[in-house]
Amino acid sequence: MENLGAISILLALCLSLYAVLGSIIGKWKKRPLLVLSAERAVYTIWFLLTAASALLVYALITGDFRLSYVAGHSNRAMPLVYKFAAWWGGMEGSLLLWCWILSSYSAVVVFTNRRRFRDMMPYVTAILMSVQFFFLFLISFPESPFQVLAVGRGITEVPDGNGLNPLLQYWTMAIHPPMLYLGYVGFVVPFAFAMGSLLTRQPGDAWIHTTRKWTIVTWGFQTTGVLLGAGWAYAVLGWGGYWGWDPVENASLLPWITATAFLHSVMMQEKKGMMKVWNMVLISTTFFLCIFGTFLTRSGIVGSVHAFAQSPIGKYFVAFLAVGIALTVYLILDRLEYLKSESRLESVVSRESSFLFNNLILLASCFAVLWGTIFPVISEAVTGEKISVDAPFYNRVNVPIGLFLLFLTGVGPLIAWRRSSVESLKRAFLIPGVAGLVTIAVLIAAGVRHFYALISFGLCVFVTATILIEFWKGARAIAAKSARNLVAAAVELTHRNTRRYGGYIVHMGMVFLFIGFTGAAFNKDATTEVRIGDKFPIGRYELKIRDLLDGDNDNYTWRRAVIDIYNGGSQIGTLEPEQRLYKASRQPTSEVAIRRRLNEDLYLNFAGVTQDGRNMAIIQSYVFPLVSWIWVGFATLLLGTGICLVPPKVKMQYARTEVVGYVEKPVQAPK
Amino acid sequence: MNTYLKFGSLIALIIGTLVWLAVGGVNETKTYYKTVAELDQMGPGAKTKRLRVAGDVEPGSINRRGKEVEFVLTQETQKLKVIYDGAEPLPDTFRDRAQAVADGKLGDDGVFRASRIQAKCASKYEAKPGQQGAPVYQKEGERRSS
Repeated sequence: MENLGAISILLALCLSLYAVLGSIIGKWKKRPLLVLSAERAVYTIWFLLTAASALLVYALITGDFRLSYVAGHSNRAMPLVYKFAAWWGGMEGSLLLWCWILSSYSAVVVFTNRRRFRDMMPYVTAILMSVQFFFLFLISFPESPFQVLAVGRGITEVPDGNGLNPLLQYWTMAIHPPMLYLGYVGFVVPFAFAMGSLLTRQPGDAWIHTTRKWTIVTWGFQTTGVLLGAGWAYAVLGWGGYWGWDPVENASLLPWITATAFLHSVMMQEKKGMMKVWNMVLISTTFFLCIFGTFLTRSGIVGSVHAFAQSPIGKYFVAFLAVGIALTVYLILDRLEYLKSESRLESVVSRESSFLFNNLILLASCFAVLWGTIFPVISEAVTGEKISVDAPFYNRVNVPIGLFLLFLTGVGPLIAWRRSSVESLKRAFLIPGVAGLVTIAVLIAAGVRHFYALISFGLCVFVTATILIEFWKGARAIAAKSARNLVAAAVELTHRNTRRYGGYIVHMGMVFLFIGFTGAAFNKDATTEVRIGDKFPIGRYELKIRDLLDGDNDNYTWRRAVIDIYNGGSQIGTLEPEQRLYKASRQPTSEVAIRRRLNEDLYLNFAGVTQDGRNMAIIQSYVFPLVSWIWVGFATLLLGTGICLVPPKVKMQYARTEVVGYVEKPVQAPK
Repeated sequence: MNTYLKFGSLIALIIGTLVWLAVGGVNETKTYYKTVAELDQMGPGAKTKRLRVAGDVEPGSINRRGKEVEFVLTQETQKLKVIYDGAEPLPDTFRDRAQAVADGKLGDDGVFRASRIQAKCASKYEAKPGQQGAPVYQKEGERRSS
């Protein structure tokens, strides 16, 4: 059975090479049937990889421990959902998932464009299949998921496998990696179209319109992957809170940053014909950062708590990146004349300017995070010493960047194109500005002195006010004309222009995220040794240890503290943090207990028992103000993204510059 | 003033501020990565720099005393006593024989005072062959990092 799987992968590898060559030769020699057969190869690859994946999943679920991957990541006692998730529990399987997702995306792209863009599609197919070839090569030879155990050593029966590490047996393991991959892989598509349009010397923006939905959906998946990871890290110990600036976390953030910049700068190209070269650079950077992120995560070149196995495939990634970047740079430089800008920057106080600064600081953040992440590699190459930088470095740079970005989020959508007059600025920003400043004044009066927190809260109120006023103005106009109530009018308003108002909701989600992040400035913590009956305070709460229990079952032994929570004398709840030791793997886990409320989370960890004979329990307690707003923001972001994808009721017509062609000779103006 | 000049100076101002913040951040947090063996060879310089020491946790050496946790990092024959003070809970991956990284400073008494502990997931979440509970096999050609 594993032979079937391995052969499917090998066949897919050969077909992907055929698809690349068939598309290119078919295009150059003008043989449309060859191009068509290459597209059929894309569908066939999907079938083959689906079969291979199904075989691997079947082996994982039925416990075919002759396969080394199954023995390594599955075992009999695991629940079914984790046996399935073991598909991406290790290197070979997750690379197979990468390939399968890419083949699915490629099949959809080829299918939905089977009657369009006939001049560009061969190149798009060729690029998609080149990437496919690379990843299929990895799972055909160095990292085969169907490797059989102990070939030639006479061991034919392995009774049980190792199973997934208990730290991974958490519900997010079923979704976080696939979401991230749906994001990472998805960015190939807009990149392929961008390169396709350069190769065919298209002067217009067709590639942007076509890939807009792809880019938004992919961005949505990437956001989901990153924030699910944060939620998981928060609730399960060992990962350093919801964000630790760990290299693997950074690797998933980098393409997200450039994709966000891209989503904004394409608006400049659509409406003003500006930043064309920049958009090419940006989408290419996003794609290569995805490959780089996969490389960073899987090669082990930078130390990380997510430590995946060290592997020899790093050098293949480096080669792929080098060749890909070289070709892309050459192509963009060669086609520069087709990427000439159609307008110019007229004023610093304009929407063009705010998009420019948006891109500037997003890229600055990306560069800083990239620099910090690969600093150990660079410093070792230059000085021979491995030097790393830590969370304070990232925070020092990214907090001001984030706040400036928040400021632009409020200002950008309301400022006029080309240039804004003082009058229009006053009209747009008087109320929100005052609201923001009043907020800061109130907070200072209440005793808050943390500089960045004050600015952050002020800006959050500022942006919220701009968004609410926009909805209110539009809804009021519709309500007046159509006799609806304000809420129905707001829905109608959004439906008429889903792009704009969906975007506002996404921005609102970002504001909620910032509120959640800012709360960290006020975190409290305490570590206490306790016996039954002890009481201790944290924040506004008083915690009383009602009981300390222990026991065991088939899977693990456990120790638990039963803690009552009092606020102002009356009991408001009970939390039971627990420590487990899994028998099979000797792996301890901490099941933290969290009382989540919008204003703050109370977070308790049973850290252990003192070993000096007194046998007291060690309880670590934390108060994290406002942290739940991060998850509220996450939901809002997804809602906004979904709305952006709904086709608007009214197709907006607006004056747009569009290049229709080029004149060979300069035209003499009549005298 | 020419529009492009205005843009240019604003951009230079923003980038300049960020670079200043970044350089300060690097100097503040730069941590030298050393294995236990290399630490021994560092000499007097070891006491002044922020270090990140990597090694394996010696089985049986983890000792919790109140908030502090004491343990010993080993690498082949070299040993280093570490005391971790910090407020953050220890990662779940931190246990006997785990690969751990301790961030902090080497004290005058030769004891390493750590403000942060990271521990690696066992690679591929497998136990070394020969250890309790591990399947008896070795994958051909694969480098083991645990």
